[in-house]
Amino acid sequence: MIAIRDLTVRYRAARPHNHMITALSGVSLTVPQGTVCAVIGPSGCGKSTLLKVIAGLLRPAEGSVTIAGRPVDPRHTCIGFMPQNYGLLPWKTVRQNILLGCEIRGTRQDTRRQGMQQLAKKLHIEELLDRYPHELSGGQQQRVGLARAFLLQPDVLLMDEPFSALDAITREEMQDVFLALWQQQSVTTLLVTHYVEEALCLGKQIVLMAAQPGRIAKIIDNPLGGQRELRDTPAFFQQARALREAIRDLEVQA
Amino acid sequence: MNHFKATRRILGAYLLAALFLLLVWWGLSALLQLPIVPSPWRVFARLGRVFATDIAIHGVYSLWRIFAGLALAVGIGYPLGVLMGYFRRADQLLSPLVYLTYPIPKIALLPILMLLAGVGELSKIFMIFLIIVFQVVVAVRDGIRAIPEETYYPLYSLGASFSQVFRYIILPASWPKSVTAIRVAMATAVSVLFFTETFGTQYGMGYYIMDAWLRVNYLEMYAGILVLSGMGLLLFGLIDLLEYVTCRWQRR
Repeated sequence: MIAIRDLTVRYRAARPHNHMITALSGVSLTVPQGTVCAVIGPSGCGKSTLLKVIAGLLRPAEGSVTIAGRPVDPRHTCIGFMPQNYGLLPWKTVRQNILLGCEIRGTRQDTRRQGMQQLAKKLHIEELLDRYPHELSGGQQQRVGLARAFLLQPDVLLMDEPFSALDAITREEMQDVFLALWQQQSVTTLLVTHYVEEALCLGKQIVLMAAQPGRIAKIIDNPLGGQRELRDTPAFFQQARALREAIRDLEVQA
Repeated sequence: MNHFKATRRILGAYLLAALFLLLVWWGLSALLQLPIVPSPWRVFARLGRVFATDIAIHGVYSLWRIFAGLALAVGIGYPLGVLMGYFRRADQLLSPLVYLTYPIPKIALLPILMLLAGVGELSKIFMIFLIIVFQVVVAVRDGIRAIPEETYYPLYSLGASFSQVFRYIILPASWPKSVTAIRVAMATAVSVLFFTETFGTQYGMGYYIMDAWLRVNYLEMYAGILVLSGMGLLLFGLIDLLEYVTCRWQRR
């Protein structure tokens, strides 16, 4: 479980006048164990900032983040963080990239090799293991990123616009791949997106954020989340329209 | 198979270029008919006779000075560049120092260096070190600064130590940059080496070439120039090989 209490984050902007900007203000959110939470909102609403605070990359000015009751600390909690560009290292082969997280954590070598083979097979990247990231397509890089994150078997998985750089068809395909993997591990996941369909398709809980300052506008329970076969039902389209309107209202207010 | 073919094609191109240059040289010597421009064939014949007995020892001295200066420059410049590239505080402290000393023409310091460190090996090696070290520092620092912040996130969020960050990100990101810096600095280093070897030594290619010149032995002078150029080519080849072996992901 991820519990966020009254989180406020400020940072000093270099331009124009070195003044403090409030990126997040009074954010409280609870992501139950073993669920996917999708954060959606206009750009500049602090979605990525929220993710960085949970990952322990940014220190909040006020408030707290706890994972399973403990403050964020990579020594106790295994946090899988997937940045927007998948975070693959260009100088490592696909194989080395997948194993990277486990190497840092110091997982046992034989178990991680075995796990990697299975994952690579599941994600259809077995033939790519000795290639370098720049030789892969966007979708293939995404698969490698997912393989790395899931091989780690993290306590918490954080994804920053994981499928945004992909074309529409590949994106839906990757969402399916993600769900298939996720259903086996049920890792508590928080993902940031700006696609309404993506939020609806993946998130059991959808958090709608507003900008200036970044804050939570609405938390929506989404019974459609996590079931890809529901993606083409009328209920899904209806929800998508409602969500889109809610976002538009927020933008008008701002 | 593919590698072999490519290597053969590259070698062929080099051979062709070398042949062309030799022809130009030969044409010039035939045209001018001056002792200061001997024909290449006579120079090569003389080179064959004096290489093992005379030139080799000078070549060894020159190579040793270059390698020592280079090793010193990388050994000191690389860690400095990493410090400045990764830690903002270190950069704020050291950047002014580097920028104020970088534009000083190092060769102008040679007289002072020779007074302080003597006319022997030390001042020559130190001169080469001075020429290369700045380029290494600046290249490594800029290479590390160019790493996008997100590259670190997956490692940071897993609680990676500095040595892990260094091994997985900083070293591979900055290494190709420093190899390039060494390559660029190498040409200057060879010229500077020549200059320093004309003072206070009886060994080294610089000494050999100037000595042949003073003895009005143009054939040996040219032989010396050929060997010095060959050394430069060898060094470039070695640097390319180093890059090929250590930067596999950059092969395209």
